[in-house]
Amino acid sequence: MRRTRPGALVAAALLALIVAAALLVPALSPYDYATPVWTKIFSGPSVSGGHLFGTDSLGRDLLVRVMWGCRISLLVGIAASLISVVIGVCWGALAGYAGGRLDGVLMRTVDVLYAVPFIPFVIVLEVAFGRNFLMVFIAIGAVSWLDIARIVRGQTLAICEQEYIEAARALGVRTTTMIRRHVLPNLIGLVAAYATLAIPGVILFEALLSFLGLGVHPPLASLGSLVAEGANEMQANPYLLIIPAAFLATIILCLNRLGDALRDALDPRHEEDGHG
Amino acid sequence: MLRFLLQRLLTAIPTLLVIATLAFVLLHLAPGGPFDSDKVLVPQIQHAIESRYHLDEPLWRQYLRYLGELARGDFGPSFQYRNTSVNELIAQGLPVDAAIGSAALLLALLLGGATGLVAATRPGSWRDQLPMGLAVLGISIPVFVTAPLLILVFAMRLHWLPSGDWVAGSWRHLLLPALALALPYTAYIARIVRAAAIEALGQPYIRTARAKGLPTHVIVLRHALRPTLMPLVSFLGPALAGVLTGSIVVEQVFGLPGIGRLFVTGALNRDYTVVTGVTVLYGALIIGFNLLVDLCYAWLDPRVRART
Repeated sequence: MRRTRPGALVAAALLALIVAAALLVPALSPYDYATPVWTKIFSGPSVSGGHLFGTDSLGRDLLVRVMWGCRISLLVGIAASLISVVIGVCWGALAGYAGGRLDGVLMRTVDVLYAVPFIPFVIVLEVAFGRNFLMVFIAIGAVSWLDIARIVRGQTLAICEQEYIEAARALGVRTTTMIRRHVLPNLIGLVAAYATLAIPGVILFEALLSFLGLGVHPPLASLGSLVAEGANEMQANPYLLIIPAAFLATIILCLNRLGDALRDALDPRHEEDGHG
Repeated sequence: MLRFLLQRLLTAIPTLLVIATLAFVLLHLAPGGPFDSDKVLVPQIQHAIESRYHLDEPLWRQYLRYLGELARGDFGPSFQYRNTSVNELIAQGLPVDAAIGSAALLLALLLGGATGLVAATRPGSWRDQLPMGLAVLGISIPVFVTAPLLILVFAMRLHWLPSGDWVAGSWRHLLLPALALALPYTAYIARIVRAAAIEALGQPYIRTARAKGLPTHVIVLRHALRPTLMPLVSFLGPALAGVLTGSIVVEQVFGLPGIGRLFVTGALNRDYTVVTGVTVLYGALIIGFNLLVDLCYAWLDPRVRART
């Protein structure tokens, strides 16, 4: 089902705006995300007061903190998605191209891993190896490649039935060259679409970890830890919860929209069934 | 059918073994032990504690002992709660999760199913676009955001419902956590049901039913509902698993004594047996749910039955 979605353009524009703000605001703002200002605790959002989004329980400017949170969340989202895309593409392409017994082993492994409860595992990882920021990327990336592996395998199987692959094989092209030159380039569009869809999932995962107190170290903030801080103060100062929550939801919403549109445009085999 | 069931049960065993091994290896690879603390223990006491929990044995023996106990369904003694077995802790926590999870799933099915069916009868109208717009929002807002917001509105501002605590059997204490957990699944289910119902309503036999002059609600409920259930059933497997792990967050926010909180505190305190026990339980439940879903699928769709 191919159709353009007008929502996708709006989503892309909104995302670009948030990314630009996340990059510029902390650099231009006179306030620091980490230094407490004891005289300005819980000053509510106001234009005249200099703090557009108000300040938190330590008097720090919420605008700057939210923008830092967006930076961290997007960074984790993109980096961890890259890890999962690399693993998923290699795994899926190898399985699809090799076929036979190797395919069976690789895909049964994916089946088995699908039944592994990942949230508990990442929590264990985080607790066991300390709250290392790099660990967050690796843990999340390492557990979220399964979908991509399945999709890539299916697509690789389809590509391998094409005549030009047969022709290349007849010419004696080596396997690694074959995968690199003839299979992978034809997967790029599809992978781009599903990678875009993987990013929001990863961002939510990181936010969940930060919410449980297992993500970034304070005073650094991710959107998840800001939501957690806001939830503690919500009775008297609901803006501390609502503003970061709104940013998180907007980012997720836009990425989902964008990914859906890319998938509709680039994946001819996908049917609109609400699963995505 | 029986062969299919046996085959699935046989693949469940290596899967569980992988989960159990991963959990064990991760915990034991990690630096620090469950009885490391700031105060230095007398070596004899340290030794007595370690030998009581078999921590002084070589790792492979601990692993074999652990697998042997697992095979008998015994998760071992808790390190943190003296004289309490992990089985007892899980038995205390599981009813809480079962109550919240089933209430959440019921809410999601009823709300999402009804919304999806109504939307499908008039695609493109406001009855379709308004709920589907809300559904996109529902999918994008995570549980750890909606849960505090629900508390803020319904408990702190309106004072309609309690904001936490757990009283077994009280629906007032159940409603907010279940709702928070249900919202994303309500949204997913509404979208799935809408898409499936639109497809079902486009089938020739529906045209025949319309031509006979049957009223819309009879067509939808009698003829379109069953094929609509198919994709919904395949979604229920991941949904059940998601509700299970999602309850970790809900329990944390509402302060409920379920196995999710048991797991998080267990992980923070290096309570090895609690962590491995709950992880294996999660894995077993997810495998069980998926098996159940496959069986439902075969039961609903005669074509699947014929193939297996």
